[in-house]
Amino acid sequence: MAKNKQPLEERKLSLLSLVSPTQFILGIILAFIAGALFLWAFQEDAIGAYAALLKGAFSSNRYIGETLLSTTPLIFGGLAVALGFRCGLFNMGVEGQIVFGGMMAAYIGYAWDLPKVIHLPLALLGGALVGGLWGAIPGYLKAYHKIHEVITTIMLNYIAFAIADYMIAVGGPMKADSELPVSPDILASARLERIWPGTRLSAGIFIALLMAVLVWFFMFKTRLGYKMRAVGFNADAAEYAGINPQKMTVLAMVLSGALGGMAGAVEVLGVHYKFYAAFSPGYGWDAIAVALLGLLHPVGVVASAFLFGVLRSGSITMQAIAGISKEVVSILTALIIFFSATNKTLQPLLERAIKNLGRGDSP
Amino acid sequence: MTTAIEMRNIVRQFPGVLANDHISLTIEEGEIHGLLGENGAGKTTLMNILSGLAVPDAGEILLNGIPVHFGSCLDAIEYGIGMVHQHFMLVPVFTVTENIALGNEPKKGIRLNTALARARVTELSARYGLKVDPDALIRDIPVGMQQRVEILKALSRGARIMILDEPTAVLTPQEVEELYAIMRSLREAGQTIIFITHKLQEIMEITDRVTVLRDGRVVDTVGTSDIDEAGLARMMVGRDVVLRVEKEQHEAGEVKLRVKHVSASDSRGLPALKDVSLEVRAGEIVGIAGVAGNGQNELVEVITGLRSQESGEIFLDSLNISEMTPRERMYAGLGHIPQDRQRRGLVMDFSLIDNFLMGFEDSPPFAKGPMLDYAAAEQFSRESIQMFDVRTPSPHVLGRTLSGGNQQKVIVAREFQRDPAVLIAAQPTRGLDVSAIEFVHKKLIELRAQDKAILLISMELTEILDLSDRILVIYEGEIVGSFEAGQATPEMLGLLMAGSQVNQTGEQEIASPHQNGEEGGADHG
Repeated sequence: MAKNKQPLEERKLSLLSLVSPTQFILGIILAFIAGALFLWAFQEDAIGAYAALLKGAFSSNRYIGETLLSTTPLIFGGLAVALGFRCGLFNMGVEGQIVFGGMMAAYIGYAWDLPKVIHLPLALLGGALVGGLWGAIPGYLKAYHKIHEVITTIMLNYIAFAIADYMIAVGGPMKADSELPVSPDILASARLERIWPGTRLSAGIFIALLMAVLVWFFMFKTRLGYKMRAVGFNADAAEYAGINPQKMTVLAMVLSGALGGMAGAVEVLGVHYKFYAAFSPGYGWDAIAVALLGLLHPVGVVASAFLFGVLRSGSITMQAIAGISKEVVSILTALIIFFSATNKTLQPLLERAIKNLGRGDSP
Repeated sequence: MTTAIEMRNIVRQFPGVLANDHISLTIEEGEIHGLLGENGAGKTTLMNILSGLAVPDAGEILLNGIPVHFGSCLDAIEYGIGMVHQHFMLVPVFTVTENIALGNEPKKGIRLNTALARARVTELSARYGLKVDPDALIRDIPVGMQQRVEILKALSRGARIMILDEPTAVLTPQEVEELYAIMRSLREAGQTIIFITHKLQEIMEITDRVTVLRDGRVVDTVGTSDIDEAGLARMMVGRDVVLRVEKEQHEAGEVKLRVKHVSASDSRGLPALKDVSLEVRAGEIVGIAGVAGNGQNELVEVITGLRSQESGEIFLDSLNISEMTPRERMYAGLGHIPQDRQRRGLVMDFSLIDNFLMGFEDSPPFAKGPMLDYAAAEQFSRESIQMFDVRTPSPHVLGRTLSGGNQQKVIVAREFQRDPAVLIAAQPTRGLDVSAIEFVHKKLIELRAQDKAILLISMELTEILDLSDRILVIYEGEIVGSFEAGQATPEMLGLLMAGSQVNQTGEQEIASPHQNGEEGGADHG
């Protein structure tokens, strides 16, 4: 009888998300098991593949650097999606916001010549600003015309990709003087420092972690964050209490877009030093999974961004050493999401199985 | 009489609460057995156990003397126990017949044998005197008929013991009478009925015996003829309760709220308010009586700024608030206890602290620059919780963990703390138990004594009659009657609420000053 006696106080930690931390961890384990079954079914060496995956993520400074390098934009993107969700918005447009943020940061980075203390922050802010404006469009359409943001953000992604292609296409306004469809290199004064010799890791990771702290502070300690969460949980109640849900919707999309834009800016200013069309390998899409698995909480987002960073960087080595296509990582990612989200249903079955196991052991 | 059901020493524990603490209960065959208790007394838990929705931690259920175990509600149905829930479980776009047949469909090949299903419904409906239209869509029929469909659904599955969970909560006074008639005819047909309620009057009216629960325990089971309302109230609450509201004479002051010729549409764009005018003075409670859905919602929303009016103006004192935002109206001195506490009143996934903050988040001492002072908010929550006797283990728990009565107390506490000059109280006691109702009523009377103006909207006629200094009747978006307290009788109000025009001379003035008298009755009468 006493087994149910769990203090009510603990429940304040429950979030509006799909999964709990234990489900998350259980989901990862189940996903790896299912992934192994899948690999075995195709007569591949699953253990070897996973070993190569981990090796590729951690076995040398360079690899660890790469892992953290992919973690960085995923933190930004995950925060962007999480912040939107907290206000009841599903921002599927992070990828487009990344592209726009990167494009603007690159432009400021090569076209303007300023001292570093001004140039770098300006390039970052420029990226955030353009991302935010790009996010404002679906925000406005949602708030004042009730057009669903999932549709508009996805559509705006394609518009962003098309504009990006045009910018660096032959005759495009940002095209560098070269054969390739890329922008000119940005000036040294706009580049993020590399912080770990022998790796490509830039100071962007610190900016990402700083943003995680800021987003946490904003959401849980400020008036605006409070209002945004109120709208996210119950727009009717928020409206009743005198909060304007429309304004909050636009603002949340602007902030979410700005975080997406920063992801792009940091990627351009810290890794590529120029803009080209496919500089983001789909960080904006992974960001959705990062946010959901991170329970829409900045701390969780950082943790799940790291997990996805590991998968991303490890997959390359896995392909090289074990000869297993890095697409397997996409399957793993999907399985993690699947098991985390569904093991609410699996949990009772597992619990019963464990209980039966215990019963079988005892004489 | 033979025993239909015996529940022995039922125990059911929830985190932090013992919902059922060794409850023993005997239901005789063919009786209407009342189950009375305040919200949170354990009535619903006990009945969920009986209908197979919940499993007891200890105790046993005997059906005709034989122990039974219900793993699910299907098991309970198998044994002839049917439950009609407070919130109907019907498919709105299906017909009455389809809803009754659902899950139990007579088949013709792979298709539903509509003719047979329909015949079954007609037969059952005739046998028990439950009038329904078998071909009407659920969404088109009134709530009272929807309830009859639920009862028929249970009967069609062979229920011999029927559990009705607060069936009157959603009904108009006339529909309640019809329900009583149905219950009597079911009893005559040999059905056993368990009737859950927290309304004393209903227990007295319809039950043969009553079991009173308090804090998860059985207080006693008594024959209804052996007890009166005061005695039941004492058993239920554990102390003497003031059943009638005691209010002193109070001079009304100057007009605080003035609604002038307001018209507005509902969410579907249909006219919901037609040229409504009313005034509420300081130190006065004005009650709006009416059947749900006659424009009360829209009236409240227009006054509070949640819906814009198509024409007309609203004044707070001499301030024209017609175009103000809800927040500006709040700051101007308008308080609002919303009708739907779970949709408007609370953010269910917010802690109580966050909920108490609603509307205060931009004011001192909680706003500190762009930040919130959560220490001050927690302090404020603890004070409010204490002052309004909100039963909660902590201010950190989520709103959804509280019982309905306690959720309402949170809202009432928050709105009273705003110290509004005008309070719009929409169904402030809906779904509350006796002591919570007493509490809210007392608070409203206190507010009146402090010379606040109160507009009370309620579907409960007794509440309107008990509290109001003046009573307005709303029907199809128009004010169709206006009475001073003491002049109105439930019958007169009931007739006006139902849309008939009351013509008896000298009884009352029919029209409010701003309303064109003939239309209401001519169109709909």
